Amino acid sequence: MTDPIIQARQVEKYYAQSREARIQVIAPTDLAIYPGEIVALLGPSGSGKSTLLRMLSGLSQPSAGSVLWHGKELASVEINVSIVFQSFALFPWLTVQENVEAPLRARGMAAQQRYRRSLKILDTVGLDGFEAAYPKELSGGMRQRVGFARALVVEPEVLFMDEPFSALDVLTADNLRSELLELWQKKTIPTKAIFLVTHNIDEAVLLADRIIVLGRNPGHVRTDFKVSLAQPRDRKAHAFTALVDYIYKVLTRPDVTPAAVPVLADGRRVRDQRQMRYEMLPHARPGGIAGLLELIIDLGGRTDIYRLADELAFEIDDLFPIVEAAQLLGFLKVEEGDAAITPEGRAYAESEILKQKQLFRKAALDHVLLLRQIARALANKSDHSVPEDFFLDMLDEQFSEDECARQLETAINWGRYAELFDWDDARRRFTLHVHEGEEPAEPIAEREKEQEQEKAG
Amino acid sequence: MRPRLTLSRAFVMERTWPFFVDLSVAAALLAGFYAILWIGKFWFSSAIPEVEIYRSPAHLPLYAFYSVVRIFVAYALSLVFAVAYGYTAAYNKRVESLLIATLDILQSIPVLSFLPGVMLAMMSLFPSRQLGIEFGAILLIFTGEVWNMAFSFYTSLKSIPRELMEATSINRFSRWQRLFQLELPFGAIGLVWNSIVSVANGWFFLMVCEMFPVGSRNFRLPGLGSYLQTAAAHGDFAAVTWGLITMVLIIVITDQLLWRPLIAWSDKFKFETVESGDRVTSPVLDALRNSSVIGIINRYTFKPMAERFYLDLAARRKRRRPKPVDDKPRRGAAAIYLTAAVAVLAVVGVAAFHALLLLKGMHRSDLLHLLAGAALTLVRVNAALLIGSLWTIPVGVAIGFNPKLSQILQPIAQIAASFPATALFPLILVALARIGIGLGIGSVVLMLLAAQWYILFNVIAGAQAIPSELREVATLFRFQDVQRWTTVILPGIFPFLITGLITASGGAWNASIVAEYFQLKGSTLATTGLGAQISAASSDGNYPVLLAATMIMALIVVTINRLVWRPLYHLAETRYRLE
Repeated sequence: MTDPIIQARQVEKYYAQSREARIQVIAPTDLAIYPGEIVALLGPSGSGKSTLLRMLSGLSQPSAGSVLWHGKELASVEINVSIVFQSFALFPWLTVQENVEAPLRARGMAAQQRYRRSLKILDTVGLDGFEAAYPKELSGGMRQRVGFARALVVEPEVLFMDEPFSALDVLTADNLRSELLELWQKKTIPTKAIFLVTHNIDEAVLLADRIIVLGRNPGHVRTDFKVSLAQPRDRKAHAFTALVDYIYKVLTRPDVTPAAVPVLADGRRVRDQRQMRYEMLPHARPGGIAGLLELIIDLGGRTDIYRLADELAFEIDDLFPIVEAAQLLGFLKVEEGDAAITPEGRAYAESEILKQKQLFRKAALDHVLLLRQIARALANKSDHSVPEDFFLDMLDEQFSEDECARQLETAINWGRYAELFDWDDARRRFTLHVHEGEEPAEPIAEREKEQEQEKAG
Repeated sequence: MRPRLTLSRAFVMERTWPFFVDLSVAAALLAGFYAILWIGKFWFSSAIPEVEIYRSPAHLPLYAFYSVVRIFVAYALSLVFAVAYGYTAAYNKRVESLLIATLDILQSIPVLSFLPGVMLAMMSLFPSRQLGIEFGAILLIFTGEVWNMAFSFYTSLKSIPRELMEATSINRFSRWQRLFQLELPFGAIGLVWNSIVSVANGWFFLMVCEMFPVGSRNFRLPGLGSYLQTAAAHGDFAAVTWGLITMVLIIVITDQLLWRPLIAWSDKFKFETVESGDRVTSPVLDALRNSSVIGIINRYTFKPMAERFYLDLAARRKRRRPKPVDDKPRRGAAAIYLTAAVAVLAVVGVAAFHALLLLKGMHRSDLLHLLAGAALTLVRVNAALLIGSLWTIPVGVAIGFNPKLSQILQPIAQIAASFPATALFPLILVALARIGIGLGIGSVVLMLLAAQWYILFNVIAGAQAIPSELREVATLFRFQDVQRWTTVILPGIFPFLITGLITASGGAWNASIVAEYFQLKGSTLATTGLGAQISAASSDGNYPVLLAATMIMALIVVTINRLVWRPLYHLAETRYRLE
């Protein structure tokens, strides 16, 4: 086998909280990029795909472990890589040509040469005639072409792409993908390897020679395999759909791989979700959960998740949180890539709105520790009001700052829907929810009594 | 295309127009060269601390020229300082919060409190040249212009999208290239709008900065500010009027020749993904863009210079690049930083201690007097804010809701806002005196003049930001006036109103030093108030009182910001945000 261009040895990323507690984003991971291949990195959101890309491309330092470029420390050598960004990351105040010339200018190339190089690459990606345009005058697809031109103009040895097509509409993305593939296969560009981060399984199977699937909490490699389908690939071919199906299965069953939880060098075990106090709340809305359950009932109570995604035209990142939430609440069971509805789920989906809220409340209190704690704290405090910070402090031992905020946001969303509590956004406090016809019944009755007394008096 | 029309009048105009533009650009460049010579000659002449100011209008052009140079030199310094300060604060985690807190406090210190220190320092630096006095005045104007710009640039830097930053580092941009291609363009719009505010501020304090006593010494610089002040002191209202006319002319010209082209130009730095409909247009900018003189200068000087600069940077980096990664020097550097930090802390500590020793010379009665003054000024500032809100909210909403009205009125209001209220003070004071109102209440009017514009502009912007659907809902359900105001308009403009009030409150506090203490017709008008006390202490050279009064003012302003404005701002950001 040839030598890898980039090799990651036991790289990991964590944010230190205190001496013992730290939030592990990526567990020690080995990974290599070889010449001549397109590698696709798949994984659910929160599995550290982008973090891994940034460590491999030298944008961010790993917390431990090392990244080697042709066998030498990444930090000590001049590396030749580029990134195509999800948001394009173009400078809106520079013309298309100036945007593309900017990296060459940084390398100290003379004006004449810069001009020739940039014109050539603009021609290659199909942008001739747009040299003097500003990015905001272009459509999304055209803008990403500029993004590609800017990345390719330095003739990178490895081209990194961070979800490059996910901000584009389906047709534009398809078009751009096949053009990229053509450039790559005809060797119009001297790039030796492409590393693609994506959450679109189809995209990975269409483009990649090798697919790596990440798991989360913390991010680790679940599986890493070669794709031997010949190009051009046919989405309808059996081998293609079988592969997509397989990846879906890997992604939907986090517990199925026998690979043990990674162990750190000093024998300390990486904290993993099963050892954590708080379950990670998937960021799904109650309305979405009910909708999904109804759909599954329509499909006979049991369905293939891949088919479900297809039917809904959902990206996996949009569907997963909903499936996971339904699973967490005990409304759904996932086995072998199939989702089956539970009796509780059926009861929930088929009830009317008030009953639904009641069932959701019960499920939430039974299965979600955080919601249980909020409800209990509110019931116990004399003023029935607790600030958000109280729970943030408990959450932040386990989640990063951003994730804490998101966890709390989801909890608020669910709790409000279930009428477990009210939320005062301006004061950032939880307050006890007053159910109609329950607590306030007394004061109202009293007031009426008083009024009667006044009348009598 | 149209061969027969070659000689038509329109075509001739079209062909000769660029020639006139080129001619005027060339003339402007020559004039600029001459102006620099003139200023240089004046600055390096021997020092005359107390120039005689002539009240004849014939001297006005020269005075105006001196003042404009001062204001814009101070502005240029402010710009450089703001960029450096914002950059340091945004990229150095260790000093960030310290620098921002410092900015907060400096912003609340009125210009006059810097005066004696700055002036004496500058005089001793250049004892025999006009340059010293001149530089002192410029530095004073600088202290009135710089802080909001620094803040604006810092905020811009903090809001640069992460992927853009990453694009610069993956493409190996040097710091300079990142500054010119990412950071400055990203901050440009904020800097341009804050520049307008800053220069208006500079004009506001011009009268104070050009003519003032420090202890036993009098300083007077030739300029528009000293002209107006001298005219007012002599009660020469013809001269005051001439001065005002000159001021209006300068402000209109600055607006047309500088700000409008700048705003139109900065439009390309808008960080937006779609092109928006309305923009500011500037014929001057269009003319400059078409001018071939500018094109030639650009092609033969700036472009090659930039080219050399980038080549140099790249070469220098290549030489520097292959160095082994080593932890040891870092530890050494940390030690150096630590020693430096300790040294700075020690110097600051000693200086602060000496400053506090100064305060020992104060009587308790002085302090009580200051506190009473502070209370009065506090009442005045809030009265000015209240009166300002009462008229600006309805007017601002009316302008904001009516696009035609806003198209006509906004440029006028913009010019009115840049007009320094200080220049109008003499006229207003005389008018007020005639109807029997003294400076005690009159100073509220003066503060109002200084502060109301901030509220007005923000209310207009807020009214424009209310989605038309919300207003349609109000019409559809036949909301009565009260309901319309309480459910749609006031909540809709709330965030903008708060921003306006915060700025206006700062402006009013700063204005108190000129509003409560004024020289008119040979006598000094003053009323009890913190502003008057600062002014008096500064001109008497009473440093303990000056220091104590300044500290009280900074303390009040910063406390009110923290305890009142910040929570309100937070409320506005969370509950009343229109998304």
